[in-house]
Amino acid sequence: MAHAPVLEAIDQTQIRRRPPLDVLYEWVTTVDHKKLGLMYIGYALLFLVIAGFEAVLMRIQLAVPNNHFVSPQVFNRLFTMHGTTMIFFVAMPVMFGFGNYLVPLMIGARDMAFPRLNAFSFWISAFGGLLMYFSYLGGDGLYGMGSAPDVGWFAYAPLTAKVFSPGHSTDYWTLAVLLSGVGSTGTALNIVTTVLSMRCRGMKLSRLPLFVWLMMVASGIVFVAVSPLTAAQIMLILDRYLGAHFFDTQAGGSAVLWMHFFWIFGHPEVYILVLPAFGFVNEIIPVFSRKAVFGYPAMVAASVGIGFISLSVWAHHMFTVGMGAAGNTFFVFSTMVISVPTGIKIFNWLATLWGGKIIFKVPMMFCIAFLFQFLVAGLTGIMLSAAPFNWQLSASYFVVAHFHYVIVGAIITSLFGAFYYWYPKMTGRMMSETLGKWHFWLFIIGFHLTFDFMHVPGLLGMPRRIYTYEAGRGWEGWNLIVGIGALFQTAGTLIFVYNLVRSYYRGEVAGHDPWDAWTLEWATPSPPPSYNFAVEPTVRSGRPLWDLKHPEDLDENYE
Amino acid sequence: MMQTTSTIPFSAQAETPWVLPHRGVVGIACLIIAESAIFLIFVVAYVYYIGKSLSGPLPAQVLELPILSTICLLSSSFTVHFAVSALRKNDQRGCTLGLAGTVLLGAIFLIMTGREWYHLIHDVGLTIRTNLFGTTFYSLVGLHATHVVIGLIMLTIALVLSLSGQVKETHAERLDVLSLYWHFVDAVWVVVFLVVYVLGR
Repeated sequence: MAHAPVLEAIDQTQIRRRPPLDVLYEWVTTVDHKKLGLMYIGYALLFLVIAGFEAVLMRIQLAVPNNHFVSPQVFNRLFTMHGTTMIFFVAMPVMFGFGNYLVPLMIGARDMAFPRLNAFSFWISAFGGLLMYFSYLGGDGLYGMGSAPDVGWFAYAPLTAKVFSPGHSTDYWTLAVLLSGVGSTGTALNIVTTVLSMRCRGMKLSRLPLFVWLMMVASGIVFVAVSPLTAAQIMLILDRYLGAHFFDTQAGGSAVLWMHFFWIFGHPEVYILVLPAFGFVNEIIPVFSRKAVFGYPAMVAASVGIGFISLSVWAHHMFTVGMGAAGNTFFVFSTMVISVPTGIKIFNWLATLWGGKIIFKVPMMFCIAFLFQFLVAGLTGIMLSAAPFNWQLSASYFVVAHFHYVIVGAIITSLFGAFYYWYPKMTGRMMSETLGKWHFWLFIIGFHLTFDFMHVPGLLGMPRRIYTYEAGRGWEGWNLIVGIGALFQTAGTLIFVYNLVRSYYRGEVAGHDPWDAWTLEWATPSPPPSYNFAVEPTVRSGRPLWDLKHPEDLDENYE
Repeated sequence: MMQTTSTIPFSAQAETPWVLPHRGVVGIACLIIAESAIFLIFVVAYVYYIGKSLSGPLPAQVLELPILSTICLLSSSFTVHFAVSALRKNDQRGCTLGLAGTVLLGAIFLIMTGREWYHLIHDVGLTIRTNLFGTTFYSLVGLHATHVVIGLIMLTIALVLSLSGQVKETHAERLDVLSLYWHFVDAVWVVVFLVVYVLGR
C-alpha cells in the first residue's frame, strides 16, 4: 500500500494571538467541535474549583466536634450544591468536553454530525450551571427563606414540595438539572450520530479506538437514563407550579416513586461518567506500555455489557425503603453481576501492562493509581450491594467514602491522566512533568488520607449530611485526618491549575505526536486546524499511526 | 506557516465502496429512543396511580373514547408517508398534497383534544390539581399534545416551503427525518390511547 505525499494541514501553533474581542466573538459563536470541547472543559474546571471549595468548607466544619464554622442551613446548601455541581456541571461536561474534542479526531472526521446542535447543547448546559449559582442571589423569592438549594443532590420528595421548600431555591435546582439534562441528551445524540455516520474510510466499528466505543456506550446510556430524570423534573415542576400531585403524599402521591425515577437516572449516571474514564485509561495504558491493548473485542463487549446491566441496578440505592424479598434479591444479584464485565476490564488492563515496556510519565502514573483505586471502589461496592450489609450502613459515611472512591479515585484520577496526555494536542505545548509529579503525589496522598479514613467513621455509625457531631463517639480523630487530606488534594489541584496555565505560555512545544501514539488525533498538528485533516484519512487497521511508522509490520496483518 | 509532507495515511487507489448511515436518520433514531424514555416514565406514573385518586371524578365517569381524533392522527401517518414517497419520485405536487393532508389531520386531532380538555375543565371541573387522575391525565396527554404541536409547526414549515416550490427531490432524506418523528408521535398516541382510555377506564 502506498502513502502518497499530500499537502499537510497548515500548522497554526506559531500564529500570533488576535485582539481579545475578536477572540471572544469567535468563541461565543463557534460551532467547531474542538472549541466547544475546550469550552466544556474550561467550564467544568471552573465549577470543579467552586464545588471543591464547597467541599473544603464542609471538611473544615466537620474536622472537629461541636464546630460552628458554618450554620446548619449553610451546611445543607453546601452539600446540595457540592453534589449537584460535581455531577451535573463538572463530571458530565468534562467528559462530554473530551468526547467532543476527541471523537471526531479519532475517527478521522472534520466535525461532529450536527455542529449547531453541539453549540446549543453546550450553551444550554452552561446556562444551567449559571442558573443554579444565580440561586444565591435570586433564591429568596417572595418568602424570604432559603437562598441556594438545600434539598440534597437527590432531592427526595416530599421535601421538595412547595410546603417544605418555600421560596425559589428548589426551582433553581430543578430547572438547572433539567437544562443540563437537555444539553446532555443533545450532546449524546451528536456523539452517537458522529460515530455511526462520520467515520473516515476504513474506520470500521471493529477498528474504532476504545475511547470512541466507550463514549458511544456512555451516550447510549444518556438516552435511556437522563431522560427519566428530565421527565421526573417536569413532574416536579408541575407539582410546584401547577399544583399537580405526583409526589404529594397528602393527595395520594408517592415519595417512593420519585426515588425510583431519580435512581433510574442516578445509578446509570455513575456509568455515564466512568465509561469515558475507562476510555482514557484504554488509550493511555497501551501507549505507555508500548503494546496494543489486550483483548479489544472483550473490552468492547464488556463495555456494552456494563451499559445494559447498569440499567437494572438502580434500586440498590433503596434497600432501606422496604421493597420486599423479591425486589431486594433481584437488585442484589444484578448489582453483583456488574462486577463481572468490570473485572474483565481490570484483567485486560493488567494483561496490557504485562510484559510491556512501561514508561512512568505523569499520564501513566494517574492510570496506575486509577487501577488500584477503582479496584478498591469496586470491592466496597460489592459490600454495599449485599442488602443486609446495606441496611446497616445505608446513608452513613461508608457510602460517602465508597462513591467518592469511585468518582475521585477512579473518574477524576483518570481524568487528570487524560489532561496530561491530551493537553499537548489541545494547546500544542507539553505540561510540566515536574509540576505534574507534585500534583500526582499531593493529590494521591490527599485522596487516600481523605477517603480511606472516611470509611471508618461510617463503620462507627456516623451518618452522612450531619453538620456537626458531639465528642466521645470515636469519630473526631478520623474526621480530622479526612479534613487534612482534603487540604492535600486542594494543594495538588491548585498545582494542576497552575500547570495548565503556565504550560500554555511556557510549555515545551509538543509537535504532532509527543507520545509516539497510534490513534488518528496524533496525525494532525497540535492544536489541530479547524478542519482537522487536510485530506480525509484512510485507515486499514485499529492503529493507523503504527501502520505509518512501521510499514514492515502492519497491524492489518493481524486483524 | 509550514507546508510539509503529510503524516496522514492516504491512498489514491480505488477502494471498496464506503457507505455510512444517513446522519439525519441516526440522529432522529437517537432522539426517538430518548423521547421514548421520557414517555415511558410518564406512562409508568399514570399506570402506577390508576385507582389511587383520593377523590373524584374518576376516568370511568368522565372519559370518552376519542375514536375520531385517533383515526385522524393515525391516518396522518399514511399521508406523511405518501408525501415522502412522492418526493422520492420527484412528484412535488403529490408531496404538497401529502403534507397538506397531514397538517389538516394533525390540526383536527389537536382541535378535538382541545374540545375534550375544555369539556373536562369547564363542564366536569377536572384540572391538574383536582386529583391524581387529573395530574397524570393532563401531563401525559399534554406531553403528547406538545409533541403534536411541535410536529405540526415543522410540517407547516415544510408545507409552506413545498407550496412555494422549494422542496426538491434532494430534500427527500430530510423530509424522511421529519416523517419518522411524526410516525413516532403517532405510535406514542397508540400507547397513550391504550393506557389512558382502555386500561385506565
